[in-house]
Amino acid sequence: MTSVLSVRNLTVEFPTRRGILTAIDDVSFDIGPGEVLGVVGESGAGKSITGTAVIGLIEPPGRIAGGEVLLRGQRIDNLPPEQMRRIRGKRIGMVFQDPLTSLNPLYRIGDQLVETITTHTNLSNAQARTKALSLLAEVGIPAPEMRIEAYPHQFSGGMRQRVVLALALAVEPELVIADEPTTALDVSVQAQIIALLKRLCAQHGAAVMLITHDMGVIAETADRVAVMYAGRIAEIGPVRDVIKAPLHPYTKGLMGSIPSLTGESDRLVQIPGSMPRLTAIPSGCPFHPRCPRAFVPCPTFRPELQPEAHSQVACWLYHPFPVTAEAS
Amino acid sequence: MSVMTAPAMPAAETVKPLVEVKNLGRIFDVSKPWLNRVTERLPRRLLVAAAEVTFSIATRETFALVGESGSGKSTVAKMVVGLIPPSTGEVIIDGVSMSNRKHEADRRRLRRRIQMVFQDPYASLNPRWRALDIVAEPLRAFGIAQSDIETAKQVGDLLRLVGLDPADGAKYPHEFSGGQRQRIAIARALACNPEFIVCDEPTSALDVSVQAQILNLMRDLQDRFGLTYLFISHNLAVVRHMANRIGVMYLGRLVEVAPAREMFAKPKHPYTRMLLDAVPDLDLTGRKRKPVEGEVPNPVEPPPGCPFHPRCPFANARCRVEMPLPIQAGAATVRCHAVEEGRI
Amino acid sequence: MSAQANDPVEVMLRKPSRLSVIMHSDLVYSFLHSRITIVAALVTLVIVLAAAFAPWIATQDPYDLRVLDILNSHNPPAWLKGGDPQFLLGTDDQGRDVFSTILYGSRQSIAIGVMATLFAGILGISLGLIAGYSGGTVDAIIMRAADIQSTFPAILIAMLIDGTSRALFGEQRNEQIVFWVMVLSIGLSFWVQYARTVRGSTLVEKNKDYVLAARLIGIRPGKILFRHVLPNVVGPVLVIATINLALAIITEATLSFLGLGLPSTQPSLGTLIQIGQKYLFAGEWWIAIFPGITLAALVLAVNLLGDWLRDALNPKLR
Repeated sequence: MTSVLSVRNLTVEFPTRRGILTAIDDVSFDIGPGEVLGVVGESGAGKSITGTAVIGLIEPPGRIAGGEVLLRGQRIDNLPPEQMRRIRGKRIGMVFQDPLTSLNPLYRIGDQLVETITTHTNLSNAQARTKALSLLAEVGIPAPEMRIEAYPHQFSGGMRQRVVLALALAVEPELVIADEPTTALDVSVQAQIIALLKRLCAQHGAAVMLITHDMGVIAETADRVAVMYAGRIAEIGPVRDVIKAPLHPYTKGLMGSIPSLTGESDRLVQIPGSMPRLTAIPSGCPFHPRCPRAFVPCPTFRPELQPEAHSQVACWLYHPFPVTAEAS
Repeated sequence: MSVMTAPAMPAAETVKPLVEVKNLGRIFDVSKPWLNRVTERLPRRLLVAAAEVTFSIATRETFALVGESGSGKSTVAKMVVGLIPPSTGEVIIDGVSMSNRKHEADRRRLRRRIQMVFQDPYASLNPRWRALDIVAEPLRAFGIAQSDIETAKQVGDLLRLVGLDPADGAKYPHEFSGGQRQRIAIARALACNPEFIVCDEPTSALDVSVQAQILNLMRDLQDRFGLTYLFISHNLAVVRHMANRIGVMYLGRLVEVAPAREMFAKPKHPYTRMLLDAVPDLDLTGRKRKPVEGEVPNPVEPPPGCPFHPRCPFANARCRVEMPLPIQAGAATVRCHAVEEGRI
Repeated sequence: MSAQANDPVEVMLRKPSRLSVIMHSDLVYSFLHSRITIVAALVTLVIVLAAAFAPWIATQDPYDLRVLDILNSHNPPAWLKGGDPQFLLGTDDQGRDVFSTILYGSRQSIAIGVMATLFAGILGISLGLIAGYSGGTVDAIIMRAADIQSTFPAILIAMLIDGTSRALFGEQRNEQIVFWVMVLSIGLSFWVQYARTVRGSTLVEKNKDYVLAARLIGIRPGKILFRHVLPNVVGPVLVIATINLALAIITEATLSFLGLGLPSTQPSLGTLIQIGQKYLFAGEWWIAIFPGITLAALVLAVNLLGDWLRDALNPKLR
């Protein structure tokens, strides 16, 4: 099975006058066809940067300092900007958090849809318009023939996000990257949009990289999930396993600190301290200062992702650890 | 011991509530400017942000107001603390009315006893002030500390109380993380030793693990100092951990008020049920979700009758024309014809 | 290590040395890394210092009639034929040393420019704060005044006020207070920009939670404006002020050139140019050109500093 997206040892750095900041460090994962991979993490974990790096939109002076990004086996991280631009529109669709900035407020949504379709396919304007109408109906916009002439500000938040979904799927991309697609929406609308995203991507056969801080969204939508911490992946595996039986102490702490409708409504599990700033990432395992199970190798040696049960986890609790050898 | 480890509540009938909100309402005029209205012949547009809101909070209790955008919960919170004057109704705190002119002097004394913690940790602290000055502002305003040294000492104690290092008082807000800033905001709220704190979505902007720290901190402080909270949130799961009683708001009205345990076990209003249904299933029980319809309508043009009827699976003809009045159903107070008629 | 040093109260009360904060800031870093800015700053500094120390640097006081000798007039600059080394840049028609007149003239130009900018700044910031915070009718009145003000070009307003003052005080007394008349007229034409910017920022800040928190405690609006809002809205004002300074100097020079500003008995650079203009075609270029070069250098340098400041303070460009 060729993965749709294959990220290998990706490293992104930002040179600043205080030194080089490593935003993501040696990150690797794959997404298969039709699969939804959730990338979850708190602020500063590097999940958004991962998405930005995949689509090649890292702003200079930031740069990809190592590793590769492959789309269906073809490297896309080293392409010239013009080629990357074409790939971005045609083969990778994007859904961002704020629909107000994803849609151009000056153009009708019909025009934006038609423009996207005609740019990346051979359809004529009329054909593109028909396709746009069917897309709008598919995403659940009522009365598409009338709404296609409307401007973005005439839609509510949830409706706008549906339009953004339509735009992203308009040219049948192989991969959809969604960065916090429901964070700005009301709770009741979030559920609708999540279900829609999942259904549409399954129907159109697109793989999805779903970036979010909300574990609940992941639980509802994703097949597999990667938990990021301080620019690295701490654990990656099937959603069911990671959520119900987390391996990495950070994931365990994270799951325990989420308030739920069931279970004890006593004190929430709390992880002491906070995510380290990029300028001060601890040596060895970056989680070790806050980890309740930190022991001998943790401050010195950085753990790599190794298989454990159905998942992979980067933690010395699960793998033989070095006692000598250079510190990482 | 009950599952909820909230502080023991005195029986409701014997003790006067600390906070009483009676028929509170607020209307905003969102009409276009006068000139536009005259030339374009537009009518006045009024936004009913809140209407007929009535509830009370007992001492040491946590009352939560839950709702989505347009529900009016933030407006109610601001009216309770006196930042916005109400259009109708009144707020009575410890027997003192917040709007009655006769109580002016009492109201000034009251300011010390009410405080607020805001949602956005990046906007609730003045970026040009050091943490020391931020937390000391209430101390200086109410004349609690007499000298600079005493002020610094008290600020140090407050910072320690919220889990920060007293020496952090010398730093500026941008040197702190979101969770730490919220701790500073809580320290500021506690500075003048208040009894009643209104918390407007205090953890919505924080990461989940930081949220857990702050919620635990707030509960500890409540136990220790006997605080009363009005807790505003859109997150039912968070509310479950904090609240004794919960009020659900939709388009400016309270649609259900019930003790927390009852609301989660037996939600009555269809909107409450929908909200509970919308909470993601983190236990992966695969529970069946009832399909959710529509979105919150524009508060400037609410639907006639019961505002929830366009989205309600139980709406009938009466719901489309008549606004339901609050009725008792079990331990809850509900505004719903279907509940009243025994249909659900 | 004494307990004193680590006492948190002690740490909190100890205000960090302003100098050390400034020296390590991003601002200084960007300054030191821009050659143009360093040059501009040096030029400005040289001119300002020269103007400040004019009585000591100038070879003569050109406005002390006893020192002047009509026989020294019309001398070209020292390095040309006919020049006198005592008068480095030549002399004008009255025998005044051009170098000295430039020094004294720069004094006037800079003084008026700075005072006018200060006046405009204080007036504009105050009105902007009040308009933004009060809203409603007060805001409307102030902004309409600003709108009306900005329909008139600065020169026109300055001419209007200047003409009024001449009429009121007569030509004789006018010469004594003309400095302040210029400050007033130039300042009045520039306050609008400050007011609009500050009002916009105030509108944003006043709804922020930290202002609400202060209102909750019962802090009075005036105190909130000046202790909470003002420090957060002055950023853009610095940039406007530097560019305005250059503009003020030019405006003053223009007015003086037109004969509506400082008279030839206490001339500014503009007046000097006007005086020298008469002799340009006679071939005595030094009387007009040297003041002109000084003026251009000063204005350009200040403008460049303003550009640097704007870019350095722009968080998006960091």
